[in-house]
Amino acid sequence: MDELIGILQEIRPEFEFRESQDFLADGMLDSLDIVTLVAALDKRYRISIRGVEIVPENFRNLETLAALLRKYGVSA
Amino acid sequence: MRTNVIEFLEATARRLPGKAAVIDARGSVTFSELLDRANGIAAAIHSRTPARNQPIAVYLPRSKECLAAFAGVLLSGNAYAPLDTKSPAARLRVLLGKLEPALIITDPGHLAELSEAGVSDDCILLDDGSTAPAKLPGRRTVDTDPAYIIHTSGSTGVPKGVVVSHRGVADYIDWARQCYGVTESDTIGSQAPFHFDNSTLDIFLCFAAGATLVLIPEEHFLFPLRLVEYLAAHSVRFIFWVPSVLASVARLDILSQTELPPLAKILFAGEVMPARCLNYWRAKYPHALFSNLYGPTEITVDCTYYIVDREFRDDEPLPIGFARPNMEVLMLDDDGRPAAEGERGEILVRGSALALGYWNDAERTAAAFVQNPLNPHFPDPVYRTGDIGYRNQRGEIMFVGRRDQQIKHLGYRIELGEIEAAAMALPEIRNACVVYDPEESRIAMFYESVRPVGAGELRKQLLAKLPKYMVPALMTALPELPQNANGKVDRVKLAAAVRERLYG
Repeated sequence: MDELIGILQEIRPEFEFRESQDFLADGMLDSLDIVTLVAALDKRYRISIRGVEIVPENFRNLETLAALLRKYGVSA
Repeated sequence: MRTNVIEFLEATARRLPGKAAVIDARGSVTFSELLDRANGIAAAIHSRTPARNQPIAVYLPRSKECLAAFAGVLLSGNAYAPLDTKSPAARLRVLLGKLEPALIITDPGHLAELSEAGVSDDCILLDDGSTAPAKLPGRRTVDTDPAYIIHTSGSTGVPKGVVVSHRGVADYIDWARQCYGVTESDTIGSQAPFHFDNSTLDIFLCFAAGATLVLIPEEHFLFPLRLVEYLAAHSVRFIFWVPSVLASVARLDILSQTELPPLAKILFAGEVMPARCLNYWRAKYPHALFSNLYGPTEITVDCTYYIVDREFRDDEPLPIGFARPNMEVLMLDDDGRPAAEGERGEILVRGSALALGYWNDAERTAAAFVQNPLNPHFPDPVYRTGDIGYRNQRGEIMFVGRRDQQIKHLGYRIELGEIEAAAMALPEIRNACVVYDPEESRIAMFYESVRPVGAGELRKQLLAKLPKYMVPALMTALPELPQNANGKVDRVKLAAAVRERLYG
Protein backbone atom coordinates (compact mmCIF):
# COMPACT_ATOMS: atom_id res chain seq x y z
CA MET A 1 0.00 0.00 0.00
CA ASP A 2 2.88 2.35 0.74
CA GLU A 3 4.08 2.00 -2.81
CA LEU A 4 0.64 2.88 -4.17
CA ILE A 5 0.54 5.95 -1.93
CA GLY A 6 4.00 6.86 -3.20
CA ILE A 7 2.80 6.70 -6.81
CA LEU A 8 -0.24 8.84 -5.99
CA GLN A 9 1.86 11.37 -4.13
CA GLU A 10 4.26 11.72 -7.04
CA ILE A 11 1.21 12.88 -9.02
CA ARG A 12 -0.44 15.07 -6.38
CA PRO A 13 2.07 15.81 -3.62
CA GLU A 14 -0.27 18.21 -1.88
CA PHE A 15 -2.77 15.56 -0.77
CA GLU A 16 -2.81 12.96 1.98
CA PHE A 17 -4.30 9.99 0.12
CA ARG A 18 -4.51 7.82 3.24
CA GLU A 19 -7.14 10.11 4.70
CA SER A 20 -9.62 10.16 1.82
CA GLN A 21 -12.33 7.63 1.08
CA ASP A 22 -13.23 9.30 -2.20
CA PHE A 23 -10.40 10.88 -4.19
CA LEU A 24 -12.82 12.06 -6.88
CA ALA A 25 -15.40 13.69 -4.63
CA ASP A 26 -12.58 15.29 -2.65
CA GLY A 27 -11.18 16.76 -5.87
CA MET A 28 -7.81 15.05 -5.45
CA LEU A 29 -7.57 13.59 -8.96
CA ASP A 30 -8.53 15.19 -12.25
CA SER A 31 -8.51 13.83 -15.80
CA LEU A 32 -4.81 14.45 -16.30
CA ASP A 33 -4.08 12.69 -13.03
CA ILE A 34 -6.11 9.63 -13.99
CA VAL A 35 -4.22 9.32 -17.27
CA THR A 36 -0.91 9.81 -15.46
CA LEU A 37 -1.88 7.34 -12.75
CA VAL A 38 -2.95 4.62 -15.20
CA ALA A 39 0.32 5.10 -17.12
CA ALA A 40 2.33 4.96 -13.88
CA LEU A 41 0.56 1.79 -12.67
CA ASP A 42 0.96 0.14 -16.08
CA LYS A 43 4.66 0.92 -16.08
CA ARG A 44 5.39 0.09 -12.46
CA TYR A 45 3.58 -3.27 -12.44
CA ARG A 46 4.07 -4.16 -16.11
CA ILE A 47 0.34 -4.50 -16.66
CA SER A 48 -2.11 -2.95 -19.10
CA ILE A 49 -5.26 -1.69 -17.41
CA ARG A 50 -8.20 -2.08 -19.78
CA GLY A 51 -10.46 0.80 -20.84
CA VAL A 52 -13.55 -0.72 -19.28
CA GLU A 53 -11.76 -0.83 -15.92
CA ILE A 54 -11.06 2.90 -16.02
CA VAL A 55 -14.26 3.86 -14.26
CA PRO A 56 -14.85 5.92 -11.11
CA GLU A 57 -15.63 2.86 -8.96
CA ASN A 58 -12.04 1.67 -9.32
CA PHE A 59 -10.44 5.02 -8.51
CA ARG A 60 -12.31 6.05 -5.37
CA ASN A 61 -9.71 5.22 -2.73
CA LEU A 62 -6.72 3.09 -1.83
CA GLU A 63 -8.83 -0.05 -1.30
CA THR A 64 -10.60 0.12 -4.67
CA LEU A 65 -7.29 0.79 -6.43
CA ALA A 66 -5.67 -2.16 -4.65
CA ALA A 67 -8.65 -4.33 -5.66
CA LEU A 68 -8.22 -3.25 -9.28
CA LEU A 69 -4.52 -4.15 -9.18
CA ARG A 70 -5.34 -7.56 -7.66
CA LYS A 71 -7.35 -8.36 -10.80
CA TYR A 72 -4.06 -8.08 -12.66
CA GLY A 73 -2.28 -10.25 -10.13
CA VAL A 74 -0.60 -7.37 -8.34
CA SER A 75 -0.69 -7.12 -4.57
CA ALA A 76 -0.06 -3.49 -3.75
CA MET B 1 -28.82 42.53 -39.55
CA ARG B 2 -27.67 41.51 -36.12
CA THR B 3 -25.84 44.03 -33.99
CA ASN B 4 -25.79 41.98 -30.78
CA VAL B 5 -25.43 38.20 -30.67
CA ILE B 6 -28.09 38.02 -27.95
CA GLU B 7 -30.58 38.37 -30.85
CA PHE B 8 -29.82 34.73 -31.67
CA LEU B 9 -31.25 33.69 -28.30
CA GLU B 10 -34.15 36.15 -28.45
CA ALA B 11 -35.28 34.78 -31.82
CA THR B 12 -35.00 31.16 -30.68
CA ALA B 13 -36.87 31.88 -27.44
CA ARG B 14 -39.75 33.22 -29.56
CA ARG B 15 -39.62 30.29 -32.00
CA LEU B 16 -39.04 27.41 -29.55
CA PRO B 17 -39.91 28.76 -26.09
CA GLY B 18 -40.55 25.42 -24.41
CA LYS B 19 -37.65 23.45 -25.91
CA ALA B 20 -34.76 22.44 -23.65
CA ALA B 21 -31.92 24.89 -24.25
CA VAL B 22 -29.33 23.65 -21.80
CA ILE B 23 -28.97 20.47 -19.77
CA ASP B 24 -26.42 20.26 -16.99
CA ALA B 25 -25.84 17.82 -14.13
CA ARG B 26 -28.60 19.45 -12.07
CA GLY B 27 -31.36 19.68 -14.66
CA SER B 28 -32.47 21.60 -17.70
CA VAL B 29 -33.73 25.02 -18.69
CA THR B 30 -35.90 25.99 -21.67
CA PHE B 31 -35.08 28.76 -24.13
CA SER B 32 -37.71 31.09 -22.67
CA GLU B 33 -36.59 30.39 -19.10
CA LEU B 34 -32.99 31.04 -20.11
CA LEU B 35 -33.89 34.38 -21.66
CA ASP B 36 -36.03 35.40 -18.65
CA ARG B 37 -33.16 34.63 -16.36
CA ALA B 38 -30.76 36.57 -18.56
CA ASN B 39 -33.11 39.56 -18.43
CA GLY B 40 -33.09 39.34 -14.64
CA ILE B 41 -29.31 39.40 -14.63
CA ALA B 42 -29.17 42.29 -17.10
CA ALA B 43 -31.55 44.27 -14.88
CA ALA B 44 -29.36 43.55 -11.85
CA ILE B 45 -26.29 44.72 -13.78
CA HIS B 46 -28.03 47.96 -14.73
CA SER B 47 -29.08 48.59 -11.15
CA ARG B 48 -25.44 48.37 -10.09
CA THR B 49 -23.42 50.03 -12.83
CA PRO B 50 -23.88 52.32 -15.84
CA ALA B 51 -21.14 50.31 -17.63
CA ARG B 52 -21.41 49.88 -21.41
CA ASN B 53 -18.95 47.93 -23.52
CA GLN B 54 -17.04 47.02 -20.38
CA PRO B 55 -15.93 43.56 -19.29
CA ILE B 56 -18.19 41.88 -16.76
CA ALA B 57 -16.42 38.84 -15.39
CA VAL B 58 -18.35 35.64 -14.74
CA TYR B 59 -16.90 33.46 -12.02
CA LEU B 60 -19.28 30.53 -11.94
CA PRO B 61 -18.88 26.79 -12.47
CA ARG B 62 -19.81 25.42 -15.89
CA SER B 63 -23.61 25.33 -15.66
CA LYS B 64 -26.84 26.65 -17.15
CA GLU B 65 -26.64 29.51 -14.61
CA CYS B 66 -23.27 30.46 -16.09
CA LEU B 67 -24.78 30.61 -19.59
CA ALA B 68 -27.66 32.74 -18.32
CA ALA B 69 -25.05 35.10 -16.86
CA PHE B 70 -23.26 35.38 -20.23
CA ALA B 71 -26.59 36.13 -21.92
CA GLY B 72 -27.44 38.69 -19.23
CA VAL B 73 -24.13 40.47 -19.75
CA LEU B 74 -24.76 40.63 -23.52
CA LEU B 75 -28.27 41.99 -22.89
CA SER B 76 -26.80 44.70 -20.68
CA GLY B 77 -24.61 45.89 -23.56
CA ASN B 78 -21.36 44.63 -22.03
CA ALA B 79 -18.82 41.91 -22.80
CA TYR B 80 -18.66 38.72 -20.74
CA ALA B 81 -15.29 37.53 -19.49
CA PRO B 82 -15.42 33.89 -18.31
CA LEU B 83 -12.99 33.14 -15.48
CA ASP B 84 -11.72 29.68 -14.64
CA THR B 85 -13.01 28.76 -11.17
CA LYS B 86 -10.08 26.37 -10.87
CA SER B 87 -7.49 29.07 -11.40
CA PRO B 88 -5.06 29.61 -8.50
CA ALA B 89 -5.75 32.81 -6.53
CA ALA B 90 -2.42 34.35 -7.57
CA ARG B 91 -3.18 34.02 -11.28
CA LEU B 92 -6.73 35.25 -10.79
CA ARG B 93 -5.38 38.35 -9.06
CA VAL B 94 -3.00 39.14 -11.93
CA LEU B 95 -5.72 38.58 -14.50
CA LEU B 96 -8.32 40.73 -12.72
CA GLY B 97 -5.75 43.49 -12.20
CA LYS B 98 -5.41 43.80 -15.94
CA LEU B 99 -9.07 43.19 -16.81
CA GLU B 100 -10.55 45.67 -14.31
CA PRO B 101 -14.10 44.32 -14.76
CA ALA B 102 -17.04 46.61 -14.01
CA LEU B 103 -18.58 43.75 -12.01
CA ILE B 104 -17.94 40.09 -11.26
CA ILE B 105 -20.93 37.76 -11.28
CA THR B 106 -20.56 34.84 -8.92
CA ASP B 107 -22.53 32.65 -6.52
CA PRO B 108 -22.26 32.38 -2.73
CA GLY B 109 -20.09 29.25 -3.01
CA HIS B 110 -17.30 31.15 -4.76
CA LEU B 111 -17.19 34.38 -2.76
CA ALA B 112 -14.33 33.27 -0.53
CA GLU B 113 -12.07 32.50 -3.51
CA LEU B 114 -12.66 35.94 -4.97
CA SER B 115 -11.86 37.72 -1.74
CA GLU B 116 -8.70 35.61 -1.48
CA ALA B 117 -7.79 37.00 -4.90
CA GLY B 118 -8.26 40.52 -3.53
CA VAL B 119 -11.66 41.38 -5.03
CA SER B 120 -13.63 43.93 -3.04
CA ASP B 121 -17.32 43.38 -2.27
CA ASP B 122 -18.55 46.40 -4.21
CA CYS B 123 -17.35 44.72 -7.39
CA ILE B 124 -19.42 41.58 -6.85
CA LEU B 125 -22.87 40.77 -8.19
CA LEU B 126 -24.37 37.74 -6.52
CA ASP B 127 -26.40 35.59 -8.88
CA ASP B 128 -29.54 35.00 -6.80
CA GLY B 129 -31.50 33.15 -9.49
CA SER B 130 -33.86 36.09 -10.01
CA THR B 131 -35.81 36.04 -13.27
CA ALA B 132 -37.74 39.26 -12.65
CA PRO B 133 -38.04 40.67 -16.18
CA ALA B 134 -37.41 44.21 -14.98
CA LYS B 135 -37.64 46.96 -17.55
CA LEU B 136 -34.28 47.30 -19.24
CA PRO B 137 -33.01 50.57 -20.54
CA GLY B 138 -32.89 50.41 -24.33
CA ARG B 139 -29.63 48.89 -25.44
CA ARG B 140 -27.65 50.10 -28.36
CA THR B 141 -24.86 47.95 -29.60
CA VAL B 142 -23.04 48.21 -32.89
CA ASP B 143 -21.68 45.01 -34.33
CA THR B 144 -18.07 45.99 -33.74
CA ASP B 145 -18.67 46.26 -29.98
CA PRO B 146 -17.11 43.58 -27.78
CA ALA B 147 -19.14 40.44 -27.03
CA TYR B 148 -16.63 38.53 -24.92
CA ILE B 149 -13.10 38.61 -23.57
CA ILE B 150 -11.23 35.33 -23.29
CA HIS B 151 -7.74 35.04 -21.85
CA THR B 152 -4.77 33.31 -23.39
CA SER B 153 -1.33 32.63 -22.02
CA GLY B 154 1.21 35.44 -22.37
CA SER B 155 4.98 34.93 -22.51
CA THR B 156 5.69 37.59 -19.89
CA GLY B 157 3.50 35.85 -17.33
CA VAL B 158 0.49 38.14 -17.71
CA PRO B 159 -2.40 36.49 -19.60
CA LYS B 160 -3.79 38.48 -22.53
CA GLY B 161 -7.52 39.29 -22.70
CA VAL B 162 -8.64 38.80 -26.30
CA VAL B 163 -11.59 41.07 -27.13
CA VAL B 164 -13.97 39.52 -29.68
CA SER B 165 -16.77 41.48 -31.36
CA HIS B 166 -20.45 40.70 -31.91
CA ARG B 167 -19.76 40.72 -35.62
CA GLY B 168 -16.99 38.15 -35.25
CA VAL B 169 -19.28 35.77 -33.37
CA ALA B 170 -22.32 36.37 -35.63
CA ASP B 171 -20.36 35.69 -38.83
CA TYR B 172 -18.78 32.60 -37.33
CA ILE B 173 -22.06 31.15 -36.12
CA ASP B 174 -24.00 31.93 -39.32
CA TRP B 175 -21.30 30.13 -41.27
CA ALA B 176 -21.00 27.12 -38.94
CA ARG B 177 -24.76 26.65 -38.75
CA GLN B 178 -24.99 26.51 -42.52
CA CYS B 179 -21.79 24.59 -43.21
CA TYR B 180 -22.56 21.82 -40.70
CA GLY B 181 -26.34 21.94 -41.16
CA VAL B 182 -27.07 22.46 -37.48
CA THR B 183 -30.76 22.60 -36.52
CA GLU B 184 -32.89 22.20 -33.43
CA SER B 185 -32.83 18.44 -33.97
CA ASP B 186 -29.11 18.38 -33.12
CA THR B 187 -28.03 17.80 -29.56
CA ILE B 188 -24.61 19.25 -28.82
CA GLY B 189 -22.31 17.52 -26.33
CA SER B 190 -20.19 20.33 -24.94
CA GLN B 191 -16.65 19.64 -23.78
CA ALA B 192 -14.89 23.01 -23.89
CA PRO B 193 -14.61 24.89 -20.60
CA PHE B 194 -16.19 28.33 -20.98
CA HIS B 195 -12.87 30.12 -20.44
CA PHE B 196 -11.66 28.36 -23.61
CA ASP B 197 -12.92 29.92 -26.86
CA ASN B 198 -14.05 26.62 -28.44
CA SER B 199 -17.07 27.01 -26.15
CA THR B 200 -18.26 29.88 -28.37
CA LEU B 201 -19.39 27.43 -31.05
CA ASP B 202 -21.30 25.23 -28.59
CA ILE B 203 -23.01 28.15 -26.88
CA PHE B 204 -24.06 30.18 -29.91
CA LEU B 205 -25.08 27.22 -32.07
CA CYS B 206 -27.44 26.38 -29.23
CA PHE B 207 -28.71 29.99 -29.10
CA ALA B 208 -28.96 30.40 -32.89
CA ALA B 209 -30.14 27.01 -34.14
CA GLY B 210 -32.20 25.95 -31.14
CA ALA B 211 -30.01 22.89 -30.65
CA THR B 212 -30.02 21.56 -27.08
CA LEU B 213 -26.68 22.04 -25.36
CA VAL B 214 -25.64 19.24 -23.02
CA LEU B 215 -22.92 20.34 -20.61
CA ILE B 216 -21.08 17.10 -20.05
CA PRO B 217 -20.12 16.90 -16.37
CA GLU B 218 -16.40 17.33 -16.01
CA GLU B 219 -15.87 14.07 -14.12
CA HIS B 220 -16.90 12.13 -17.23
CA PHE B 221 -13.75 13.34 -18.98
CA LEU B 222 -11.78 11.42 -16.34
CA PHE B 223 -13.28 8.18 -17.56
CA PRO B 224 -13.70 7.76 -21.33
CA LEU B 225 -16.15 4.85 -20.93
CA ARG B 226 -18.47 7.01 -18.81
CA LEU B 227 -18.09 9.83 -21.33
CA VAL B 228 -19.26 7.70 -24.24
CA GLU B 229 -22.10 6.21 -22.17
CA TYR B 230 -23.19 9.74 -21.31
CA LEU B 231 -23.26 10.76 -24.98
CA ALA B 232 -25.40 7.72 -25.76
CA ALA B 233 -27.78 8.41 -22.87
CA HIS B 234 -28.33 11.98 -24.13
CA SER B 235 -28.47 11.04 -27.85
CA VAL B 236 -25.71 13.52 -28.64
CA ARG B 237 -25.30 14.08 -32.39
CA PHE B 238 -22.82 16.95 -32.59
CA ILE B 239 -19.49 17.38 -30.81
CA PHE B 240 -16.71 19.95 -31.11
CA TRP B 241 -13.86 18.68 -28.95
CA VAL B 242 -10.13 18.96 -28.55
CA PRO B 243 -8.33 16.03 -30.18
CA SER B 244 -6.86 14.83 -26.87
CA VAL B 245 -10.33 13.91 -25.61
CA LEU B 246 -11.12 12.03 -28.82
CA ALA B 247 -7.73 10.35 -28.47
CA SER B 248 -8.46 9.24 -24.89
CA VAL B 249 -11.47 7.31 -26.23
CA ALA B 250 -9.43 5.86 -29.12
CA ARG B 251 -6.48 4.85 -26.95
CA LEU B 252 -8.68 2.65 -24.76
CA ASP B 253 -10.78 1.44 -27.71
CA ILE B 254 -13.92 2.45 -25.82
CA LEU B 255 -16.14 2.52 -28.92
CA SER B 256 -15.82 -1.27 -29.26
CA GLN B 257 -16.87 -1.85 -25.68
CA THR B 258 -20.16 -0.02 -25.31
CA GLU B 259 -23.23 1.21 -27.17
CA LEU B 260 -22.31 3.73 -29.89
CA PRO B 261 -23.84 7.19 -29.39
CA PRO B 262 -25.73 8.51 -32.47
CA LEU B 263 -22.97 10.96 -33.43
CA ALA B 264 -23.37 12.51 -36.88
CA LYS B 265 -21.01 15.51 -36.78
CA ILE B 266 -17.61 15.28 -35.17
CA LEU B 267 -15.57 18.49 -35.17
CA PHE B 268 -12.22 19.10 -33.58
CA ALA B 269 -9.76 21.95 -33.08
CA GLY B 270 -7.37 23.30 -30.52
CA GLU B 271 -4.37 21.13 -31.24
CA VAL B 272 -3.06 18.81 -33.93
CA MET B 273 -5.36 15.86 -34.60
CA PRO B 274 -3.32 12.70 -35.26
CA ALA B 275 -4.62 10.84 -38.34
CA ARG B 276 -4.38 7.60 -36.37
CA CYS B 277 -7.05 8.88 -33.97
CA LEU B 278 -9.22 10.17 -36.83
CA ASN B 279 -9.00 6.77 -38.55
CA TYR B 280 -10.15 5.01 -35.38
CA TRP B 281 -13.22 7.25 -35.13
CA ARG B 282 -14.00 7.06 -38.86
CA ALA B 283 -13.97 3.26 -38.76
CA LYS B 284 -16.65 3.41 -36.04
CA TYR B 285 -18.62 6.21 -37.72
CA PRO B 286 -18.27 5.68 -41.48
CA HIS B 287 -21.23 7.98 -42.25
CA ALA B 288 -20.46 10.85 -39.88
CA LEU B 289 -19.07 14.23 -40.95
CA PHE B 290 -15.57 14.88 -39.59
CA SER B 291 -14.07 18.35 -39.66
CA ASN B 292 -10.70 19.74 -38.60
CA LEU B 293 -10.78 23.43 -37.69
CA TYR B 294 -8.01 25.89 -36.97
CA GLY B 295 -7.76 29.30 -35.43
CA PRO B 296 -6.21 31.14 -32.51
CA THR B 297 -8.41 32.88 -29.92
CA GLU B 298 -7.65 36.18 -31.71
CA ILE B 299 -9.74 35.05 -34.72
CA THR B 300 -13.12 34.23 -33.19
CA VAL B 301 -12.43 30.54 -32.64
CA ASP B 302 -11.66 29.28 -36.17
CA CYS B 303 -10.64 30.84 -39.46
CA THR B 304 -10.04 27.70 -41.52
CA TYR B 305 -11.86 24.41 -41.76
CA TYR B 306 -11.38 21.11 -43.51
CA ILE B 307 -14.14 18.56 -44.01
CA VAL B 308 -12.55 15.12 -44.19
CA ASP B 309 -13.12 13.89 -47.74
CA ARG B 310 -10.50 11.20 -48.26
CA GLU B 311 -8.43 8.53 -46.56
CA PHE B 312 -5.29 9.37 -44.58
CA ARG B 313 -2.43 7.11 -43.56
CA ASP B 314 -1.94 6.95 -39.78
CA ASP B 315 1.22 9.04 -40.00
CA GLU B 316 -0.06 11.62 -42.50
CA PRO B 317 -0.76 15.21 -41.37
CA LEU B 318 -4.34 16.45 -41.76
CA PRO B 319 -4.99 19.71 -43.60
CA ILE B 320 -6.49 22.63 -41.71
CA GLY B 321 -8.22 23.31 -45.00
CA PHE B 322 -9.55 26.56 -46.36
CA ALA B 323 -10.44 29.99 -45.04
CA ARG B 324 -14.11 30.29 -44.15
CA PRO B 325 -16.26 32.97 -45.83
CA ASN B 326 -15.33 36.60 -45.16
CA MET B 327 -11.86 35.51 -44.07
CA GLU B 328 -8.56 35.38 -45.91
CA VAL B 329 -5.39 33.55 -44.98
CA LEU B 330 -2.11 35.06 -46.19
CA MET B 331 1.01 32.95 -46.13
CA LEU B 332 4.09 35.15 -46.14
CA ASP B 333 7.73 34.14 -46.36
CA ASP B 334 10.54 35.72 -44.30
CA ASP B 335 10.74 38.63 -46.73
CA GLY B 336 7.04 39.37 -46.38
CA ARG B 337 6.16 38.06 -49.84
CA PRO B 338 3.40 35.54 -50.55
CA ALA B 339 4.84 32.03 -50.25
CA ALA B 340 4.63 29.83 -53.35
CA GLU B 341 2.68 26.58 -53.32
CA GLY B 342 4.44 24.08 -51.09
CA GLU B 343 6.66 26.78 -49.58
CA ARG B 344 6.43 27.56 -45.88
CA GLY B 345 5.34 30.90 -44.56
CA GLU B 346 3.81 32.58 -41.53
CA ILE B 347 0.02 32.38 -41.41
CA LEU B 348 -1.57 35.85 -41.33
CA VAL B 349 -5.32 36.28 -41.21
CA ARG B 350 -7.68 39.08 -42.18
CA GLY B 351 -11.45 39.39 -42.21
CA SER B 352 -14.52 39.81 -40.05
CA ALA B 353 -13.42 37.36 -37.38
CA LEU B 354 -10.38 39.32 -36.27
CA ALA B 355 -10.47 40.17 -32.58
CA LEU B 356 -10.55 43.85 -31.67
CA GLY B 357 -7.25 43.45 -29.81
CA TYR B 358 -6.05 42.75 -26.27
CA TRP B 359 -7.92 44.41 -23.45
CA ASN B 360 -5.95 47.22 -21.78
CA ASP B 361 -2.86 46.38 -23.78
CA ALA B 362 -2.18 48.71 -26.68
CA GLU B 363 1.41 47.56 -26.99
CA ARG B 364 0.79 43.86 -27.47
CA THR B 365 -2.23 44.66 -29.66
CA ALA B 366 -0.08 46.77 -31.97
CA ALA B 367 2.52 44.00 -32.20
CA ALA B 368 0.04 41.27 -33.15
CA PHE B 369 -2.57 43.14 -35.21
CA VAL B 370 -0.67 44.88 -37.99
CA GLN B 371 -1.43 46.59 -41.29
CA ASN B 372 -1.72 44.12 -44.17
CA PRO B 373 1.77 44.30 -45.68
CA LEU B 374 0.31 43.68 -49.15
CA ASN B 375 -2.11 46.62 -48.96
CA PRO B 376 -0.71 50.16 -48.78
CA HIS B 377 -4.05 51.81 -49.68
CA PHE B 378 -6.40 51.74 -46.69
CA PRO B 379 -6.46 50.52 -43.06
CA ASP B 380 -6.56 46.73 -43.29
CA PRO B 381 -5.61 44.91 -40.08
CA VAL B 382 -4.22 41.38 -40.20
CA TYR B 383 -3.41 39.13 -37.27
CA ARG B 384 0.02 37.54 -37.20
CA THR B 385 -0.60 34.07 -35.83
CA GLY B 386 3.04 33.15 -35.32
CA ASP B 387 2.09 29.79 -36.89
CA ILE B 388 3.93 28.36 -39.86
CA GLY B 389 2.06 26.64 -42.69
CA TYR B 390 2.05 25.94 -46.40
CA ARG B 391 -0.43 25.21 -49.16
CA ASN B 392 -0.40 21.72 -50.62
CA GLN B 393 -1.10 20.84 -54.26
CA ARG B 394 -4.82 20.76 -53.59
CA GLY B 395 -4.66 24.33 -52.29
CA GLU B 396 -5.36 23.16 -48.74
CA ILE B 397 -3.54 24.86 -45.90
CA MET B 398 -1.27 22.61 -43.86
CA PHE B 399 -0.19 23.54 -40.34
CA VAL B 400 3.49 22.99 -39.57
CA GLY B 401 4.14 24.46 -36.12
CA ARG B 402 5.02 27.58 -34.17
CA ARG B 403 7.66 30.20 -34.75
CA ASP B 404 8.23 30.73 -31.04
CA GLN B 405 8.02 28.98 -27.71
CA GLN B 406 4.28 28.57 -27.79
CA ILE B 407 2.60 25.17 -27.71
CA LYS B 408 -0.86 23.68 -27.79
CA HIS B 409 -1.38 21.27 -24.94
CA LEU B 410 -4.76 19.67 -24.20
CA GLY B 411 -6.33 22.40 -26.33
CA TYR B 412 -4.77 25.22 -24.36
CA ARG B 413 -2.34 27.61 -25.95
CA ILE B 414 0.59 27.88 -23.62
CA GLU B 415 3.66 30.07 -23.69
CA LEU B 416 6.49 27.95 -22.32
CA GLY B 417 7.98 31.29 -21.24
CA GLU B 418 5.08 31.83 -18.83
CA ILE B 419 5.91 28.54 -17.09
CA GLU B 420 9.60 29.46 -16.98
CA ALA B 421 8.76 32.88 -15.52
CA ALA B 422 6.64 31.25 -12.81
CA ALA B 423 9.38 28.72 -11.98
CA MET B 424 12.14 31.31 -11.86
CA ALA B 425 10.07 33.42 -9.49
CA LEU B 426 10.37 30.60 -6.90
CA PRO B 427 13.15 31.27 -4.38
CA GLU B 428 14.77 27.84 -4.90
CA ILE B 429 15.12 28.12 -8.68
CA ARG B 430 18.09 29.78 -10.28
CA ASN B 431 17.34 28.92 -13.88
CA ALA B 432 14.70 26.92 -15.68
CA CYS B 433 13.98 25.76 -19.19
CA VAL B 434 10.65 24.29 -20.22
CA VAL B 435 10.25 22.14 -23.33
CA TYR B 436 7.38 20.20 -24.82
CA ASP B 437 7.24 16.61 -25.97
CA PRO B 438 4.37 16.49 -28.48
CA GLU B 439 4.56 12.74 -28.89
CA GLU B 440 3.71 12.02 -25.27
CA SER B 441 1.80 15.31 -24.81
CA ARG B 442 3.86 16.32 -21.81
CA ILE B 443 5.60 19.44 -20.61
CA ALA B 444 9.08 18.93 -19.18
CA MET B 445 11.11 21.33 -17.08
CA PHE B 446 14.85 21.34 -16.43
CA TYR B 447 16.14 23.54 -13.65
CA GLU B 448 19.11 24.65 -11.62
CA SER B 449 18.33 25.16 -7.95
CA VAL B 450 20.05 27.11 -5.19
CA ARG B 451 19.46 24.22 -2.77
CA PRO B 452 18.28 20.65 -3.35
CA VAL B 453 14.53 20.67 -3.94
CA GLY B 454 12.37 17.73 -5.02
CA ALA B 455 10.00 17.59 -7.97
CA GLY B 456 7.07 17.06 -5.58
CA GLU B 457 7.80 20.25 -3.67
CA LEU B 458 8.26 22.27 -6.88
CA ARG B 459 5.07 20.88 -8.31
CA LYS B 460 3.19 21.96 -5.22
CA GLN B 461 4.55 25.49 -5.48
CA LEU B 462 3.82 25.75 -9.21
CA LEU B 463 0.27 24.51 -8.69
CA ALA B 464 -0.30 27.58 -6.54
CA LYS B 465 0.72 29.88 -9.39
CA LEU B 466 -0.28 28.17 -12.62
CA PRO B 467 -3.32 26.29 -13.92
CA LYS B 468 -2.92 22.55 -13.62
CA TYR B 469 -2.47 21.98 -17.34
CA MET B 470 0.59 24.27 -17.37
CA VAL B 471 2.47 22.49 -14.58
CA PRO B 472 5.23 20.30 -16.07
CA ALA B 473 4.68 16.56 -15.83
CA LEU B 474 8.41 15.97 -15.74
CA MET B 475 10.87 18.00 -13.64
CA THR B 476 14.56 17.32 -13.65
CA ALA B 477 17.27 19.10 -11.67
CA LEU B 478 20.56 19.63 -13.50
CA PRO B 479 23.77 21.06 -12.02
CA GLU B 480 23.83 23.42 -14.98
CA LEU B 481 21.53 23.86 -17.98
CA PRO B 482 23.30 23.14 -21.28
CA GLN B 483 24.10 26.15 -23.47
CA ASN B 484 24.20 26.49 -27.23
CA ALA B 485 26.76 28.37 -29.28
CA ASN B 486 24.97 31.67 -28.64
CA GLY B 487 25.24 31.16 -24.90
CA LYS B 488 21.50 30.60 -24.63
CA VAL B 489 19.96 27.63 -22.90
CA ASP B 490 20.07 24.81 -25.44
CA ARG B 491 16.39 24.06 -25.87
CA VAL B 492 16.99 21.80 -28.82
CA LYS B 493 19.26 19.56 -26.80
CA LEU B 494 16.86 19.43 -23.85
CA ALA B 495 13.87 18.73 -26.10
CA ALA B 496 15.82 15.88 -27.71
CA ALA B 497 16.69 14.49 -24.27
CA VAL B 498 12.99 14.36 -23.40
CA ARG B 499 12.07 12.72 -26.71
CA GLU B 500 14.76 10.11 -26.30
CA ARG B 501 13.57 9.31 -22.79
CA LEU B 502 16.89 10.19 -21.21
CA TYR B 503 14.81 11.39 -18.29
CA GLY B 504 11.54 10.32 -16.72
